[in-house]
Amino acid sequence: MTLLTLKGRGMANKFFVKLLVSEYFVIVLSIVYFLIISIFVPSMLSGNNIKNIFSNMWPLFAVAIGQTFVLLLGGIDLSQTSTMALTSVIGALLISSRMNPDVLSNSPLWGVIISENGGPLGKAPIVLSVSITIAVMILVGTLVGAINGTLISKVNMPPFMVTLIAQMFYSAIAIYLTKSQNVIGLPDAFCAIGGKSFGFIPYSFFITIILGVIAHFLLSKTIRGRWIYATGSNIKAARVSGVPTISTTIFVYAASGFFAAVGGVLYTGRLMAGRPTLGDGQLMDILGATVIGGTSMTGGKGKVSWTLFGVLFYTIITTSLSQLKLDSFVINVVKGLVILGAVTLDVARTRIQQKGTLSANAKSGKKVTLNG
Amino acid sequence: MVEREEILRLEGITKLFFNICALKNVTFTLKKGEILSLIGENGAGKSTMMNIIGGVIQPEEGSMTLHGKLYTPQRTIDAKNAGIAFIHQELNLFNNLSIIDNIYINSFARYPGTPFIKKSAMRENIRKLLDSIDLHVSPDMMVEKLSPGERQLVEIAKALSGNPDIIIFDEPTTSLTTRETRKLFALIKKLREQGKSIIYISHILADVYELSDQIVVLRDGVVVDTGKKEDFSMNRMIVSMVGRDIKQMYPAERPVAQAKKLLEIENLSQPGIIKNISMHVDAGEIVGIFGLMGSGRSELANIIFGLDPYSEGMIRYMDVKLNKQDPIDRIKRGFAFVTENRREEGLLMEFPVYDNITLAVLRDYKKAFGLVDNAKLQKPVAETVSELRIKCSAIKKNQVKGLSGGNQQKVVLCKWLLAKPSFLMVDEPTRGIDVGSKSEIYNILNNFAKAGMGTLVISSELEELIGICNRILVLSKGEIVGSFNSNNFDREVILGAAFRQNISNGSTNIV
Repeated sequence: MTLLTLKGRGMANKFFVKLLVSEYFVIVLSIVYFLIISIFVPSMLSGNNIKNIFSNMWPLFAVAIGQTFVLLLGGIDLSQTSTMALTSVIGALLISSRMNPDVLSNSPLWGVIISENGGPLGKAPIVLSVSITIAVMILVGTLVGAINGTLISKVNMPPFMVTLIAQMFYSAIAIYLTKSQNVIGLPDAFCAIGGKSFGFIPYSFFITIILGVIAHFLLSKTIRGRWIYATGSNIKAARVSGVPTISTTIFVYAASGFFAAVGGVLYTGRLMAGRPTLGDGQLMDILGATVIGGTSMTGGKGKVSWTLFGVLFYTIITTSLSQLKLDSFVINVVKGLVILGAVTLDVARTRIQQKGTLSANAKSGKKVTLNG
Repeated sequence: MVEREEILRLEGITKLFFNICALKNVTFTLKKGEILSLIGENGAGKSTMMNIIGGVIQPEEGSMTLHGKLYTPQRTIDAKNAGIAFIHQELNLFNNLSIIDNIYINSFARYPGTPFIKKSAMRENIRKLLDSIDLHVSPDMMVEKLSPGERQLVEIAKALSGNPDIIIFDEPTTSLTTRETRKLFALIKKLREQGKSIIYISHILADVYELSDQIVVLRDGVVVDTGKKEDFSMNRMIVSMVGRDIKQMYPAERPVAQAKKLLEIENLSQPGIIKNISMHVDAGEIVGIFGLMGSGRSELANIIFGLDPYSEGMIRYMDVKLNKQDPIDRIKRGFAFVTENRREEGLLMEFPVYDNITLAVLRDYKKAFGLVDNAKLQKPVAETVSELRIKCSAIKKNQVKGLSGGNQQKVVLCKWLLAKPSFLMVDEPTRGIDVGSKSEIYNILNNFAKAGMGTLVISSELEELIGICNRILVLSKGEIVGSFNSNNFDREVILGAAFRQNISNGSTNIV
């Protein structure tokens, strides 16, 4: 599909091009896909399934918001999954009220801070224990991110390597702390945050939507947000213009860790256990959903709302594939193709937009000089 | 002397870019076994000329004749096949590959019928080639291990491997030491003895004087002077190159310097980049820094602005000693810096004009929760945009990359003027922009200085410095080698100062 043929064919194509470059393209695509697949798989429309989609997408959205921050900077955070695992394990070890010695007595923390009576907050008043646990989880996640950001901006290491190493490192710590065992015995109040609903609407919806709105405003309306876009678009120009690129980078990776920790809280609640392998294999979901939304991997382009659309689309695809009762590897093949399609689409959209800029320029009679 | 055989003739070449004449009716002839030097200031049309000969672009009018036959290259490969080779100013080598790989990158010898490279076949050829240019290293040597001069020789070997009749050198000595330059010149003369024809492009006049048989001077796209080397004096070259009357381009009155020192620099040094720089800029004054490519002019600007480090000396601003590498602190103190390369270091090309012009002042327009106070920005933005006459219908929507070069440069200036600076540095402020915008930018700088601010203009275009500055400092090889006041600006003397440095370093004995 070349641009020339797109240009040459009447109204239908014009509409298609407009839709393609629209920022609501993905949500339109989601609805169209949902309706079409419902014809073949009627169970997609069942209340249970819709509820499923609606509760599955929020923890993923929380983590993907963090990834959006990082991609906006032109970076990548591969350590989000192990940040989720680490915070999950730490939170569970703190708040669990009963632990099975057969399972956990090999943990290096057994007898130090955890025992058959659970973790240090296991017997504390519930409001206190839940709030402290969540605070610690969030703090750990943010700290992990801030360390990544510091290594990337101050020591000038490539984000890919820093976060890849962090992924391995923190995942190993999570496994070491629990000797690869799940930590159960979490209080209901804690699990409710990630697992329970208010009527039809899961609590996780309220949490992530509020955070999403804050993140959206942070990026679009605040000075720090402008700095993030500027740094991601052209770090040299940003630096010359007095943008504190180092602190901005640290902020962004800390935000990524923060949102990974939020994901950790929600997933831990849903699973009702602290899991050292939490997030394993989920990296592709996080990156995929964010990129499908339209956030560019080269930095400077993206929005939290786009990521929400991307997460919705991705969750619908995933749910529909499991409704089709396909094998997990077939599901992965299809997911891979969808992400590939999204990246291809992004390239096509950018090209159409560039053409748009040039022709708009030609129309207004401005000269496009070769030199500048 | 026997009249030499004519090899390449250009006749009436005219090239328009968007109705602006880049070349007009250019005619000259290159003979076999001669060195023809093409000289001219930046923007005189030298590169356009070369691009036409090289088939990168096609002229609107005129014709070229090669070996007596019409020559109409459509692509660069046509030029190569016709026996024309280029040595570009920036080397096009793969530093991570060996000499062999570089030279044969698009014509590797292979074992017949396989994709495997047959190095032995190439190695012998290369050894002969390298011997012929006096480069005695192994063909398997990695390019990254060679000195700049040796790399230049590899580039020449690469050009010679196609056995060309015509070799075009574009500013080949900019990154070479004096010794390497000597060696290069000996080689160029040797190539001439072998009957190759050479076009040598440079603005280092001493070099041109030493090498040439024939000199062609380009100015504003027109051949203004041409002749045998013997008929040219250094003086005639300079006058032909720069002599023009464009006074109306510049503001009528220069600003007046106040007796208040803004910026003071003492003995600033950074090994290999700048040496012992001492200078000052007063309030209300425009100071120019003139230097050729590689003189360290942009590097000095980056150091002053706190982007790059320096090892010795100090920078004071309004009697306060400044931190070493701290652009943010500089900006807070009233610095502004329009960088040399607006695309790479000045603008967020994909972003709207508004986002670009507000970037440096966001800090000063802060509301609760760190929000940007767009309402408060409205008025100053609108004022500055109209003051600078930025032509853009919707500044919150239109991307900067859709603007013309002149408008883009105004966006960069607008970004800084919005910050109400007290000291403005501009590096090559008018590179690649049209004449009208140039004039506007000179006026902006002039008004800025007249309002009592300090201005530092770094440029390789002497014309514009002479047109707008109170003082011009000449930078050469990282050192200030001359200082001139506006009452004794003299093109030839200033150029002489910039060039003499080269001459005294031994590249020629002609003054």
